[in-house]
Amino acid sequence: MNFIKTFTITNELGIHARSAAMIVEVSNRYRAKICLEKNGSKVNAKSILGILTLGCPKGSRIIIRAEGIDAEEAVEELGRLIENKFGEN
Amino acid sequence: MREKEPGKTIVLKGIGVSPGIATGRAYVLEDAIANVPYYQLRDEAQVWEEIARFEKALRDSRRQLAAIKKKISDREGVEPLFIIDVHIMMLRDKKLIYNTINNIKEKRINAESAMNLTMERYREIFEKIEDEYLKARFSDVEYVGQRILRNLIGKDQIRISDVGEAAILISRDFSPADTVQMKMENILGFATDIGGKTSHTAIVARSIGIPAVVGLERVTREIRSNDTVIVDGCDGFIIINPEPEVLKRYEEKKRHYEILEEDLLREAKLPAVTLDHHKIEIGANIEFVEEIPSAIMHGAEGIGLYRTEFIYINKEQLPTEEEHFSNYKHVIEGQGIRWSTIRTFDLGGDKFISDPKLAKEMNPVMGLRAIRFCLQEVELFKVQLRAILRASAYGKTRILFPMISALEEIRQVKKIFSEVKEDLLRRDIPVGKDIELGIMIEVPSAVVIADSLAKEVDFFSIGTNDLIQYTLAIDRVNERVTYLYDPLHPAILRLIKMVVEAAHRAGIRVAMCGEMAGEPAYTLILLGFGLDELSMNPLAIPRVKKIVREATLEESKALLDSVLVFTTAEEIEQHVRDYMIRRFPEDFSG
Repeated sequence: MNFIKTFTITNELGIHARSAAMIVEVSNRYRAKICLEKNGSKVNAKSILGILTLGCPKGSRIIIRAEGIDAEEAVEELGRLIENKFGEN
Repeated sequence: MREKEPGKTIVLKGIGVSPGIATGRAYVLEDAIANVPYYQLRDEAQVWEEIARFEKALRDSRRQLAAIKKKISDREGVEPLFIIDVHIMMLRDKKLIYNTINNIKEKRINAESAMNLTMERYREIFEKIEDEYLKARFSDVEYVGQRILRNLIGKDQIRISDVGEAAILISRDFSPADTVQMKMENILGFATDIGGKTSHTAIVARSIGIPAVVGLERVTREIRSNDTVIVDGCDGFIIINPEPEVLKRYEEKKRHYEILEEDLLREAKLPAVTLDHHKIEIGANIEFVEEIPSAIMHGAEGIGLYRTEFIYINKEQLPTEEEHFSNYKHVIEGQGIRWSTIRTFDLGGDKFISDPKLAKEMNPVMGLRAIRFCLQEVELFKVQLRAILRASAYGKTRILFPMISALEEIRQVKKIFSEVKEDLLRRDIPVGKDIELGIMIEVPSAVVIADSLAKEVDFFSIGTNDLIQYTLAIDRVNERVTYLYDPLHPAILRLIKMVVEAAHRAGIRVAMCGEMAGEPAYTLILLGFGLDELSMNPLAIPRVKKIVREATLEESKALLDSVLVFTTAEEIEQHVRDYMIRRFPEDFSG
């Protein structure tokens, strides 16, 4: 199972330490292999350092790509996290 | 890098962030690891040994961080530090682990060098990130890397508890995780490589009243544990291994300073009443709740300005209502504080750079900031107002709105304020009964229409720093024009006079919370205006109070009247200085 979707980062500070940690926590709950892509760079969504090195400020477009039995659910949950601005006000 | 030479006298200049003098032995807590050992591995067996060492260092690092986290969360009133969780997560990062093990295997180098290479790779990647804030997250990676290296080399291991007898603590920097573990009574002073007036080290030092010098750049490289060291927090330098005469001189200076401080502190709690029985209220300007004990010790009667900016900018994300609330409650219910003036969101300009939207303005101090920003981002503003209102149930609360330049703004603010208040009351959430609303007078237009503004609010607070900047058209951060920055400029004195008169005609109180309020040389002039409150840096309070108690309102008014006839700042400056030196020779010599 392959699943791909594009998102825009809308929270004020972009993907910083806390939001990156949240992405890792969610991704770790899934068996699927999950990647984040931005401008051709691709990182593992289960690696906090990988996500931070992507450098995603507010307004960045990122692609989430998941591969595995629960890929669809994983992308959906990550999407909700991003759309809810990681719970920030 | 050269080796530290034993016994050699070295003087380093930094930033004095907490006054006072300390002499004693140094205890170096954490120096940046400058020399990472490097060696080639001989055979496969050694490769596996190095991998095992690396993995053990990871486990040790994780265990240490978990222990620190537990220690902190056991303490009451200390927020659990989410950043520790992030650091632990980094220590589990597969990529970091894989890269380092790969370096050991492929390059056949020891674990320390392999780790160092991994760090260098991350440093390069982070340097390419354009967003300044996200780029700066490398500091977290560095912290984790340093901890792993330390465990590999067998250095460190949180020896904060092993400081032993009284010592001056030296470190690259102190984090909240470090300071919560310290036994403060054993600490004589702090000296650090990095930091500024608002760094954590500075705040802690001021709140417990010990000298500190930060931003020394290379103190951890120059000093060794048990070296004798002098920390001069007044003038901002340290002397490592001083000659005996120098040490003696400083011990004398220390004694003088302490006697002076003692005298001032003994009298600091006396009210600021002039010889002819005129009382002026004295508040403290603070940025952190940790500063409150020191503010009270120095004689503050209330909090005249609580700057809330740091609730926002020391954070990874926008603060929640609960984070706001716990800070405000802490201030408002503080023992020995008669009132708390909380200033709302004053970000923008030079104070907030991590939001790209605000940073790109050509002229940020005149840009979308403070109340202007709040009136656009109303939801954000409401979060803060709700938190202040909820906290107001715990004590006397004044809310101060910054950068008001027109009547419509304060009317809009009041409308939003009522909405939030009504909503809380509808939900039976208690709020204070006698909350006062006030505005900063810092834009010249507000001075000109002070009479109309006075009808809308309960108090004014004059922010002289910005009022001077806007009135005299001086960019405060532009060094080439700072020579024009002059609090005693006749235009400024006339504006202050207008504000006080307008306020008193309308029957409202007027405070001053700019730096001018804490300058003892100006105390008589400010008394002469008839200001109701002066709010200042806590450390400035004892001296200002002393002047007030030795002066009369009558002479202050006469002095003010006499300088208002001068037409240049220079004449006023000269006249005030001569008067103060003649009148208070002890306080204004030299």
